[in-house]
Amino acid sequence: MRRERVPIVVVALAAIGAAFFILPLLALVVRSPWGDAVKALTAPETIEALKLSLIASLSATAVGLVLGVPLAWVFARVAFPGRSLLRALTTLPMVLPPVVGGIALLLAFGRRGLVGSWLDSTFGITLPFTTAGVVMAETFVAMPFLIITVEAGLRSMDRRYEEAARTLGAKRWTVFTRVTLPLIGPSLFAGAVLCWARALGEFGATITFAGNFPGVTQTMPLAVYLLLETNQEASYILSLVLLLISLLFLIALRHRWLGSA
Amino acid sequence: MRSRVSLFIVAAAILAACGNSASTAATSPAPSPTPLSGAISVFAAASLTASFNALGTSFEAANRGVTVKFNYAGTPTLVTQIEQGAPADVFASADTTNMDKLTADGFTAGASLVFAHNQLEIVVAPGNPKGITGLADLAKSGLIYITEAPTVPAGKYALQALKTAGVTVTPKSLESSVTAVVSKIELGEADAGIVYTTDVTAAGNKVTGVQIPAAHNVVATYPIVVVKGTTNSAVAYAFISYVVSTTGQSALAAFGFLPAT
Repeated sequence: MRRERVPIVVVALAAIGAAFFILPLLALVVRSPWGDAVKALTAPETIEALKLSLIASLSATAVGLVLGVPLAWVFARVAFPGRSLLRALTTLPMVLPPVVGGIALLLAFGRRGLVGSWLDSTFGITLPFTTAGVVMAETFVAMPFLIITVEAGLRSMDRRYEEAARTLGAKRWTVFTRVTLPLIGPSLFAGAVLCWARALGEFGATITFAGNFPGVTQTMPLAVYLLLETNQEASYILSLVLLLISLLFLIALRHRWLGSA
Repeated sequence: MRSRVSLFIVAAAILAACGNSASTAATSPAPSPTPLSGAISVFAAASLTASFNALGTSFEAANRGVTVKFNYAGTPTLVTQIEQGAPADVFASADTTNMDKLTADGFTAGASLVFAHNQLEIVVAPGNPKGITGLADLAKSGLIYITEAPTVPAGKYALQALKTAGVTVTPKSLESSVTAVVSKIELGEADAGIVYTTDVTAAGNKVTGVQIPAAHNVVATYPIVVVKGTTNSAVAYAFISYVVSTTGQSALAAFGFLPAT
């Protein structure tokens, strides 16, 4: 098989594109005060923020899977009037400025919100300024990534496998768990990882809806933002930590689940 | 048959303070008798938003051909922006600490001038439904108290005031600016917060202010300075003169500021 000649223009543009991403990350590495790294990393506030970030982003991914997969399935398999509109609405947070998302969440689930005022008066539940609020803000912004990825997977899979299983007498739930889910495994995984990564980096909706308090609602991005104003070097280090965690997570899981493409 | 989902994610939104360090060539201010012209950028503390907008308009009206552009943010953010090379001509700070930092780092031209004072007030919902009469009431159980992060001048002052009054209270959130605190009071998410008197004035009838006695109150000092490397020092100095003039001072007083002297 003859090897295809690689067009030089494409390679040049691709190189510029890659440099555009690599340079800012490199600057972060170069400018970080490595001597203070250990101190910045072992500070109790850092550990607290990191722990909260991991708990909240993983919870947001879990909520995303429980609610997002059924939504994706409905979008892919059920034809109903207004489906396009509903799909647009559920993926809107991808383009909405996160701060606007945060305000919208306050208006819906805040203490005086449409649903929030009822939650407060009936159950005494208030969501702003709580870790649950952080998870909600992150889910709101991140779940759309999971929905669209899983829907694409469901649409592109070969449905004859499902039909074959049905004709062999498998129940619908068995077909879903034993045939459908394994078939869309890669998209399910990709969607979950995308959702998790977006949740981990979430800032605007979180600070607006959940506020900022160490140990309760102050996630890593919030800590980085506030540190930027007082101790820039420490904020670079924390940014790098966040970056490394995401990178390692993505690389490790990609190899494990998707093979090294 | 397996749908291969390629997954290229390079770390999610991380606040990277990019840009190179400021390479400013200082031009010595040469006072000229010719009429003022051109534009200047004034970097001003968020708490000056309403008053400086008004001052800018009247300054432009008094000096035709002159344009004043404003960039409002939390004072530490402005210092970071200027130090990272943002094109500022004038810097108005909400405290002396940040002004001293900018001066020490060599980004100011000449000495700064105090142009206003401000003091703290407790901000509550319209009509003060929780019946808050002073700082001690902030520690009442079931009351949602929020404040600014201690990195923000207002947050630092709020801590001082509470300490002087001997009140220990844990805030539900450490917001990034006074405006964020006021908006959460307006939205009803929090019951009380500590902000500047001018913020209560600016919010009009959407909130109510509860005064803090002088013995516990903290007086904030607002200094202003010409930024080193300004491209229009004539207009920059003229704007500062205007702010400290009788006209400028009475305009500031209308927004609740205390006089410079």
